[in-house]
Amino acid sequence: MTGDRLLVLVPIVPLLAAVAAFAVPRWSRRIALWSMALTATIVVWIADEILRVGDLTHPLAGWSAPLGIDLRVDGLAVVMLLAVAGVGLIVSFNAASSFHETGSRGVPERVYWPLWLFLFSALNAIFVAGDVFTLYVAFEINGLAAVSLVAIAGKPEALGAALRYLFVSLTGSLLYLMGVAVLYADTGVLDLMLLADRITPGPPAIAACVLMTGGLMMKAALFPLHFWLPPAHSSAPAPVSAVLSALVVKGGFVILLRLWFGPFAEIVDGPAVQWIGALGAAAVLWGSFQALFQDRLKLVVAYSTVAQLGYLFLIVPIAWSAETRSAALAGGITLLLSHATAKAAFFLAAGNVLTAIGNDRAESLCGLSRWLPVSAFAMGLAAVSLVGLPPSAGFVGKWMLIVAAMEQRQWWWVAVMLIGTVLAAAYVVRILGPAFLMPESDPQPGPVPRLMEWTAFSLAAASVVLGLAASGVARFVNGSLPSGVGP
Amino acid sequence: MTSSTFVLLGILLSSFITGSVIFFLREDQHRLRTGLNLAGAVLKILFVVVLLRGVLAGQTFDLSFTMAPGVVVALGADANSVLFVSLSSVLWFFTTLYAVGYLEDSPRRSRFFGFFSLCVTSTVGIALAANLVTFLIFYELLTISTFPLVVHRGTRKALAAGRVYLAYTVGGGTLLLFAVAWLQSISGPITFTERGALGESVASHPTQLTLIFFVFIAALGVKSALVPLHGWLPRAMVAPAPVSALLHAVAVVKAGAFGIVRLVYDVYGIETAEQLGVLRPLAVLAGFTIVYGSVRALFQDDLKKRLAFSTVSQVSYITLGTAIFGPVATLGGIVHLVHQGIMKITLFFAAGNYAETLGIHRVSEMNGVGRRMPWTTAAFTVGALGMIGIPPLAGFVSKLYLKQGAIAAGQSWVVLVLAASSLLNAAYFLPILYRSWFLPAPEAWPNARDFGRFETHWMLLLPPLFTAAAVVLAGVFADSNLSPLAWARIIAGREYGP
Repeated sequence: MTGDRLLVLVPIVPLLAAVAAFAVPRWSRRIALWSMALTATIVVWIADEILRVGDLTHPLAGWSAPLGIDLRVDGLAVVMLLAVAGVGLIVSFNAASSFHETGSRGVPERVYWPLWLFLFSALNAIFVAGDVFTLYVAFEINGLAAVSLVAIAGKPEALGAALRYLFVSLTGSLLYLMGVAVLYADTGVLDLMLLADRITPGPPAIAACVLMTGGLMMKAALFPLHFWLPPAHSSAPAPVSAVLSALVVKGGFVILLRLWFGPFAEIVDGPAVQWIGALGAAAVLWGSFQALFQDRLKLVVAYSTVAQLGYLFLIVPIAWSAETRSAALAGGITLLLSHATAKAAFFLAAGNVLTAIGNDRAESLCGLSRWLPVSAFAMGLAAVSLVGLPPSAGFVGKWMLIVAAMEQRQWWWVAVMLIGTVLAAAYVVRILGPAFLMPESDPQPGPVPRLMEWTAFSLAAASVVLGLAASGVARFVNGSLPSGVGP
Repeated sequence: MTSSTFVLLGILLSSFITGSVIFFLREDQHRLRTGLNLAGAVLKILFVVVLLRGVLAGQTFDLSFTMAPGVVVALGADANSVLFVSLSSVLWFFTTLYAVGYLEDSPRRSRFFGFFSLCVTSTVGIALAANLVTFLIFYELLTISTFPLVVHRGTRKALAAGRVYLAYTVGGGTLLLFAVAWLQSISGPITFTERGALGESVASHPTQLTLIFFVFIAALGVKSALVPLHGWLPRAMVAPAPVSALLHAVAVVKAGAFGIVRLVYDVYGIETAEQLGVLRPLAVLAGFTIVYGSVRALFQDDLKKRLAFSTVSQVSYITLGTAIFGPVATLGGIVHLVHQGIMKITLFFAAGNYAETLGIHRVSEMNGVGRRMPWTTAAFTVGALGMIGIPPLAGFVSKLYLKQGAIAAGQSWVVLVLAASSLLNAAYFLPILYRSWFLPAPEAWPNARDFGRFETHWMLLLPPLFTAAAVVLAGVFADSNLSPLAWARIIAGREYGP
């Protein structure tokens, strides 16, 4: 089988598995784990193909764009697919273990797994899609599955958060779809590559750009459109929170990056680039600041996601100039991977705390390192990466961004990143300090399955070790954003 | 793997691997833990000896690994790194021995020794770093690994001190990151080079380089406790005695001072720094810190606090020597890196012994302690007299060269600073010595414990005796080929060139 056909399988395997899991509830857990493992294998295969032969394009059913639909995977996409597959697989094991050992806790398993697989199918589709309409479909399915998973436990606060999330997700998709319609009317094509050639700056293109950017900003929870994220991410079941924070929000971000550096490059060239960076900077400061004042572990972690997403948007202004593009992109994507693994680890560990004592209030965490040592250690390692201390991937990524920003003499982004680092250290120490140092407050924690603890730990360890693999990331993403645009 | 890689990795891993294993030991696996600790420490010294011999024989050691484009972790061994790595690995051995005795029967030893080992791993990493990025990485690692040690006791006071410590060091670390990034954007990636690594950027960007220098000083000044960035050091005294020894003599403060040495000699180059005119302000700051620390030490009744302010003062001797242009002053500064380490660690070991054996924490409780604990007090006396600068002890040698260097450089105000500091040192150390040797002991000690044959646990007694002996030997045999002074002479020779 030639490499490009594999692209079809990436969204299809989880999709078929979702249907199968729905049809045979008794085996749903097994189907989910096996299909996730299979998808991960396929993605690794694709990554290998890409290293050997370069970007892959597959015309669906033999019809290529503009008549048909192209699936396309480049280095950036395959790095994202690897992250989705790897983090997704480990988190799936955590979820499976949680069902196996501690029961459903109000979450109906036979609904959970099909939704879970739909979520991953759509997420994979986002990264293999080559045209803006397929992206819309993928975003829509992804959003609906995510909202359902937030609401699945049926707790009142989760339902409220899910409703708000649903509203934002639908509005975002709608805005995006309107943009797509305008683009299609203006250019007659939907394929990203063709769009980049045919688009001409003018009112329709500007309108499309504004609409699609707005929609994607909602999906990616960029400040000030982040308001839905903390309640939704903090009230969902732990594996769902992990996947939403670590992976789902990044879909919107990566597509925005592609659009801005691709078709919309000439339109946004100028102040817009600095403005979106400014929103990212505001997210870093506001998210970190809010995280300082939260009294629940999961809320701290959720606000930290708002801040960390802000860093990613700093890639746009720093990578805009061709001189620093590859360095800034490599650094930014390393940061993204570090956040994906560290945040998933953090949410899983927080879930373990909930399993053990039934709440995650800051004052209940005293002495955590003694009654839940592996999870506590996982949080410690994840914190090292979130703050950006060496040798974690968080450090390497941030360092590359900072150096690139200095080279561009855009020192204000450097200041933001440094302040963000200090704030992150503050909120992490505030919430974790007592966990490691104070005598325990609640001496009767319930049992936590080992697999649930070690899945959190392995993700946290990965976020530290990934720092050593940053040159691999750089090799993949180098050249993924076109270099013909920008100043 | 070449032998050079093997030695460098061995120095790092001998504590990293043992530390990582120790984290996972159960509390009651006392023997295994102690065995691992001491084996790691001995192994590290052996590797350092191999390194030392290799460097003397002209062998080069290097090892590098590319983490990402532009982020190259590189280790190497030049004269400066050999000096610092020998100091920290030898003192680490004694501190480990001391810590094992000190923490006997206390809870959470696995965590303590795990971080203890990581701390020394970061320190040798700082010593062996061959470029600025590597230095930065290990410098930040040092912050992470010392924080749990500072707050080890878990009391409210310890936590508060830990927060202060973290606020200062994370602030300093962030500033350092900024400084390195800024410098790199002007001069490209910096590899430590004798007599300077800035190349042509000196001519094209003199103003920015001057600014960057002071950002560096502000960043490194936190760990090296330059006034006004010294606030964390006296507060961190709540930590257990071995940690204080580690902070003051082996790792943290030393890492800051070593950073300043690296910055002046191997990043900027002393000649470039002189041209830019950045040395004079640094010297003034160091001089002020020396006097300020000594004055504050005078008024501390808490023994460890008095020693802490004394460290604030003494570490700046290194900075002062570095900031005076001229090989003799360089010699004085660099040799003090070692001398301050062995003297201060002796004092902290002794202070810990008083606290552990008799429950003495304050200077006012030390009456007659010399007769109850003669050996410990003898070690303390040697350390204190060395600090004052009495010949033929180590401190005398440092001060002698600093003084001559200052005169040679035409900066006679430094002589006044040194004289004032010596007087103040005498003023805050001699009363302690007088009390402990000549005043009558109280009827009962605050919290006395009996250790049988020796005045205290042998693991607590041995380390200060050895380091005190080193203070004497480093002074008496300063002229021999094996003394710290001889090595500092090699460094000074290379930094000024022909």
